[in-house]
Amino acid sequence: MSIWKKALATAAVATALMTTTAAAENVKIALVVKALGIGFFEAAAKGAEEAAKELGDVEIIYTGPTDTTAEGQIEVINSLIAQGVNAIAVSANDKDALVPTLQKAMERGITVISWDSGVAAEGRMMHLNPSSNALIGNTIIKLAADHLPEGGDVAILSASATATNQNIWIEEAKKVLPNYPGINLVATVYGDDLADKSYREAQGLMATYPNLKAIIAPTTVGILAASQAVTDAGKIGEINVTGLGLPSEMAGAVASGATKSFAIWNPIDLGYAATMISYNLVKGNAKAEPGAEIGMGRMGAAKLDDGNEAAMSDPFTYDSSNIDQFKSIF
Amino acid sequence: MTTPAPPRLIPDRLHGRTTRALRSWEAILVAVAIAVFIANSFLSPYFLNAWNLSDATFNFTEKALIAFAMAMLIIAGEIDLSVASIIALASTAMGLAMTAGAGVPVIVATGIATGVICGAINGFLVAGLGLPSIVVTIGTMSLFRGVAFIVLGDQAFTGYPPGLAYFGQGYVWWVISFELVLFALCAVIYWALLHRTTFGRAVYAIGNNATAAQFSGIRVARVRFILFLLTGLMSGIAAVCLTSRLGSTRPSIATGWELEVVTMVVLGGVNILGGSGTIPGVVLAAIIMGLVTFGFGLLNVPGIVMSIFLGALLIGVIALPRLMRRK
Repeated sequence: MSIWKKALATAAVATALMTTTAAAENVKIALVVKALGIGFFEAAAKGAEEAAKELGDVEIIYTGPTDTTAEGQIEVINSLIAQGVNAIAVSANDKDALVPTLQKAMERGITVISWDSGVAAEGRMMHLNPSSNALIGNTIIKLAADHLPEGGDVAILSASATATNQNIWIEEAKKVLPNYPGINLVATVYGDDLADKSYREAQGLMATYPNLKAIIAPTTVGILAASQAVTDAGKIGEINVTGLGLPSEMAGAVASGATKSFAIWNPIDLGYAATMISYNLVKGNAKAEPGAEIGMGRMGAAKLDDGNEAAMSDPFTYDSSNIDQFKSIF
Repeated sequence: MTTPAPPRLIPDRLHGRTTRALRSWEAILVAVAIAVFIANSFLSPYFLNAWNLSDATFNFTEKALIAFAMAMLIIAGEIDLSVASIIALASTAMGLAMTAGAGVPVIVATGIATGVICGAINGFLVAGLGLPSIVVTIGTMSLFRGVAFIVLGDQAFTGYPPGLAYFGQGYVWWVISFELVLFALCAVIYWALLHRTTFGRAVYAIGNNATAAQFSGIRVARVRFILFLLTGLMSGIAAVCLTSRLGSTRPSIATGWELEVVTMVVLGGVNILGGSGTIPGVVLAAIIMGLVTFGFGLLNVPGIVMSIFLGALLIGVIALPRLMRRK
């Protein structure tokens, strides 16, 4: 009796959870994320659904582990291989640990790409970066220049002096400085991605350079601390804080005017582009090889470099016109 | 006229062998396993496929290896929460051996030896110094993984020799993987050790009453030490399999596995307070957890729903016998 009850209960629960099976001819694309329940990835899934609607014959399987572990992602990928999906687009928790499983997927004829957080080259066909170092370097200067038609002094507030990505972006930014006449980079300081240290460094910049017009912080911690420092110093309107930030954290600074605009990748575009690329690779419209161009729908085309990596676009700019839409997403 | 009083019968067992078998915990688990298997076969067209089922076994084999030793430890009234951290440290040691240019046999030996040493440390602290095992292993849980983090930071060991891949990715015959064979082999060994040796009886005796066991001539401290050594050993073996399967080592490897292993043991009918439990129960629990995880994965059910289901299953299976007894 109890055994039957149990069996029935199991079957009932499982039936209730059963997903609808789609028509066989649909292209099944699995969007595997680091973990479910993260706003950034939920937004990416929205983009993937948008791409699926545009393409018509696509079924999106949005999935991922409960917490950000490689072991959890491997279990998910194994079940996707078993279902015989056409493509797996993954944002990896570990660039090496997923390789054996993804290689197995490719051996069984599944298209495998990584996006956002990449997989080592032997474990995927191509990787889609949200942006490139050059595009980010250019964007952070452009963000400051957009609000300084007359030019003026700007300073950079970075994370730590040894942070590789930050240093590359600053180097790229310096390269494009001549394209923005009047913009004068006076200093680069380091807040070590600590809120209090970044705050003090921003205060120091304001004290040292009385003509400072903008602080550029290509770090989410730095931009938040600097906008707070400018607000506390009563210099809203005089000094514009910009750089790379998260909409959820920056909504207040944009509302107060301490930050006129800032940038970061748009997860919706990223999920959309990853889906478009997967679809084109599955359909044979493009091949993942160095130099190839793969269509990304409204996002243009991804051009693969020698390591089969591509950059999607400029970082997406957020200002008072769209911050309310994105602040609840990530 | 007086009828002679019927002879008083005091049976030493209330029911026959078959009835007892049908009423046992293992019978409930077999029923659940069959139910899960049937439900999965109906719900997903991809479930009944030899290769897919073979893939599914990787979801539980490594954890089950540790669960066998953990079951004996819990039956003896102790617990080891550092097993996942031992995997991290053993895997890191394997990476260091690989970096030093060692071949496959030495890398494997390093991983297993590291596990045994970690187990010996736990065993010494609990059995030697008489500290409570839950406190000791919470401490070594941070300690072992901490060392792995110090060695690796945000880096990873990659580029293990191709020969190592066999332990986590190789197949002995057709769809029967090396890990599955290892799982079956260890199940038999631990079954024999727990149910067919004096050592196994000593484990039950200690779990029921350690003081009484001591006065019965059982060397309690030595048995406890050996049990910690065994969990260390099995964690070391699991580390070899997992490292081989991932082809890399990161200090966050196997995060959270200690609770999954304990869940497996408790679901298998081992009394968390010690004294009772069987190896066949743990084997069935491992298979059920593997089937549920894989089946839900095929239906693309979000992982959190899976966790809720496993949690409910755990409470349900534990509550069921108690509710039945109350009637």
